[in-house]
Amino acid sequence: MNKYYLGIDLGSTTSKAVIINEKDEITGRGITNTRANYAVAADIAKDEAIYNARFSILKNNLKQEALAKPEYRKYISDLESVFQYEQFRVRLDRLGEELVKTCKSFFKEPEKQEEMLTHLRNIRKAFKPKIKHDYLYNNLGAKNQFFRDIVAEKYNEEVAKLDLHLFEPLMTVWDKSISPAENQKIEFNFRELVYKAMDELRQKYRDLPDTAPEVSVNFDAEMNLLKGNFDKVSDTLRKHIDEVVDLEFNITNMTGTGYGRALLPFPSECIRSEILCHAFGAHAVFPNTRTVLDIGGQDTKAIQVDKYGLVTSFQMNDRCAAGCGRYLGYIADEMSISLNELGPLAMKAEKEVNICSTCTVFAGAELRELTNLGEKRADILGGLHKAIIMRAMSLIARSGGVFNEFTFTGGVARNPAVIKYLTQLVKDNYGNNIVMNIHTDSIFMGALGGAMFARRNINVDLPTAKKIRESTTN
Amino acid sequence: MEKAKEAIKENSMIIQKNMLAKQFHELSQARELGRKVVYTFVPGNLTELILSFDMVPVYPEINALQNGMRKKSGSYIKDAEKIGYSEDVCTYVKCDIGMMLNGNIGPTGEKLPPPDLLLLSYTGCFTFLKWFENLEKMYPGVPVAMLHTPYQEDGKIAPEQLSYMVRQLREEVIPKMEQVSGKKYDEARLKTMLKRSAEAEDLLVKILESAKNVPTPIDAYFAGVYYIGPIFTAFRGTADAVEYYTELWSEVQQRMKLGLGPVTPEGEIKEQKFRLVVEGPPNWTNFREFWKIFYDMGAVIVASSYTKVGGVYDMGFRHNPDEPLESLSKYCMGCYTNMNLPQRVSMLEGYVKEYKADGFLINSIKSCNSFSAGQLMIMREIEQRCSVPVGFIESDLVDPRYFSYANIKNRLESYFQMLEQRKAILTEI
Repeated sequence: MNKYYLGIDLGSTTSKAVIINEKDEITGRGITNTRANYAVAADIAKDEAIYNARFSILKNNLKQEALAKPEYRKYISDLESVFQYEQFRVRLDRLGEELVKTCKSFFKEPEKQEEMLTHLRNIRKAFKPKIKHDYLYNNLGAKNQFFRDIVAEKYNEEVAKLDLHLFEPLMTVWDKSISPAENQKIEFNFRELVYKAMDELRQKYRDLPDTAPEVSVNFDAEMNLLKGNFDKVSDTLRKHIDEVVDLEFNITNMTGTGYGRALLPFPSECIRSEILCHAFGAHAVFPNTRTVLDIGGQDTKAIQVDKYGLVTSFQMNDRCAAGCGRYLGYIADEMSISLNELGPLAMKAEKEVNICSTCTVFAGAELRELTNLGEKRADILGGLHKAIIMRAMSLIARSGGVFNEFTFTGGVARNPAVIKYLTQLVKDNYGNNIVMNIHTDSIFMGALGGAMFARRNINVDLPTAKKIRESTTN
Repeated sequence: MEKAKEAIKENSMIIQKNMLAKQFHELSQARELGRKVVYTFVPGNLTELILSFDMVPVYPEINALQNGMRKKSGSYIKDAEKIGYSEDVCTYVKCDIGMMLNGNIGPTGEKLPPPDLLLLSYTGCFTFLKWFENLEKMYPGVPVAMLHTPYQEDGKIAPEQLSYMVRQLREEVIPKMEQVSGKKYDEARLKTMLKRSAEAEDLLVKILESAKNVPTPIDAYFAGVYYIGPIFTAFRGTADAVEYYTELWSEVQQRMKLGLGPVTPEGEIKEQKFRLVVEGPPNWTNFREFWKIFYDMGAVIVASSYTKVGGVYDMGFRHNPDEPLESLSKYCMGCYTNMNLPQRVSMLEGYVKEYKADGFLINSIKSCNSFSAGQLMIMREIEQRCSVPVGFIESDLVDPRYFSYANIKNRLESYFQMLEQRKAILTEI
């Protein structure tokens, strides 16, 4: 039986899970927002990683066939998207129940209660098909957006369309319902959900118009792969899907890390510091790594590692989390844009407005003042991003500087403006010869390191060390 | 947070506790007994000289740290801030000022006498100067004796520095002491005391160096701060101090014979997983919690710079009855915080190597410039010279607002896991 290993990184903002196989290859990834109930966050991330692993195994099993038949790959990725929608639907139902419950306990007067319930029903009716469409046609599931964020955005949109006097009661009902709904542990039946998703997908392709509306050429081509022969592909793949559904998924060992690691229901020998995990993950992916910078939700860490991937020293921000991921979240809120839009907007900066970065809350005030003075949003954001990197550079300097190669990890590593300024400042301070590594899985580095620790059970079996041992004995 | 349990104590600790209680009680009665009171600082203190005039010393830093350990410092600091002391001022100073604003009730609950003399034996810390300027304002008219200790800029004590110090003692300090105490300088008495100082110093060095043993019978930082207590403060030169160190040394010898590890408030450390050298003072407000993070993870401190803040006796210095004023001068100039940074680095390098340490850790104190300056450089140097993992945490002396348990524990856990991983892998290769 194949063995799999799980690493869970319970961060202050997001909880990540990674499953690896016996070759240290990432087989599954799961991510969710961290919430009051850490155990639920960890479970959701873990379940997601296991579902994702099943789909990866399915893809891997069909790798050869898919070379000749690209429609197989399309079918599986479509199926995963719809599967994610099926999960979403269950959660949405739970949230619906919670909203009704809150509404009933909050508005005792029957008439008022009925009015609010009607609004809630209408809101839900309005946004549910939109979200379904995004899952089925716009690949929403692959965008790493969290249930709370997806629903909140649509709910707010609908509430904004209503009369102003409804804003407060409807938002109160939302605020009181989302956390209990989010903190519920939901047991999904993978088999049931996959079969449901297959039916849903069949429906999708049956209903496709003969000529697709204005969508990308690539999209058309991919859809057309399946459109004509959907049933045939579905029937052929059915037995492969059944195989993965029946697969007994054995997690041999696991490691918990991250800010909330002490709260994970793991034995103490399965808990490791995120410093070691990030360094280990980064070093495994880029074996020449000597300096790691990790910018997470509330921590910035500068870590020095040796040739074995062993941490030799580290520095973390103390007493203040300005310049971390949460700082960006706060700025996004202040600007009323989503976190994902921040970086791209900052990339449009023509200059960097000087921002004092010592305090997140004050940065908000500065931002308003600069806007009043007529500075462009892009230029202000350019300045903010630069300020964040200046803080990180100071931490790196404290830890001893940048050594070749330099690997950047953490959720913030997805932000293009952060990367731009980091690259620039590393070059300015440490020369042009520094190789800078950023992996697409950078947010999962801590969980990956954790899973790798889990595979080694104890931490004596580092691959690089083994190699060195072998080379010295030969 | 766990409620503090009754700590496990050795005989020497009981002796020390009684010594301190007696001292604070005597201080509270100083006026009635006609004893003159000298306020002075720990690093480079002139305790023997003060005692030789039958005067009694009060150490503001000791009061502040004792108040910190007894959870009284927080409100004192706030009171000092209320009258205008900034958030950035040394918290020892603010705790001390706050205590005076509240009637100068000492840590044990007994009233401290006002000073008859402020003896500013300034050593390596610029804040000391300002601290006593403020005390002078609080006690108008109190005489001040200033002993300016030259910094070891060149890493050694030059002959002219020594003569400068001796001249200050003769021309400034001793005449002031004679004037305040109404007694003549008695060199024979001072010599007797210095002889006893050297005896206790010999014993202290043996005790601290017992940590070279693997496993170590003592913790040279958390327990070490108790061990240095009498010799760094009011008891150096007394028979009490010699008795205390004799008892302590016999306890340590006994522990070595039985192969026992250091004693913590919760009993002996059974498994010594990591041996560390620590630079920087400890945090006092959460001392027990702070210590517990270490012993829970099997970390013992084998050497520390803080236990040298009142004298680097292990580097060979002894008070010498044959040259009383010269040796007091050398003592002042030789204190850890009066040494230049290359000297500190090589001393710490020696510790890591001689005490077979697995790692080097810095506790950087927000309040303390004289310690914190240069610490990052020290850390880099030790990392390069000794090839051991280095760690860096931050807290404060006596301001409870700057002790973040979660952050410190998180960093220490990471650091210990780092040491563990390194140990495991290095034994494999």
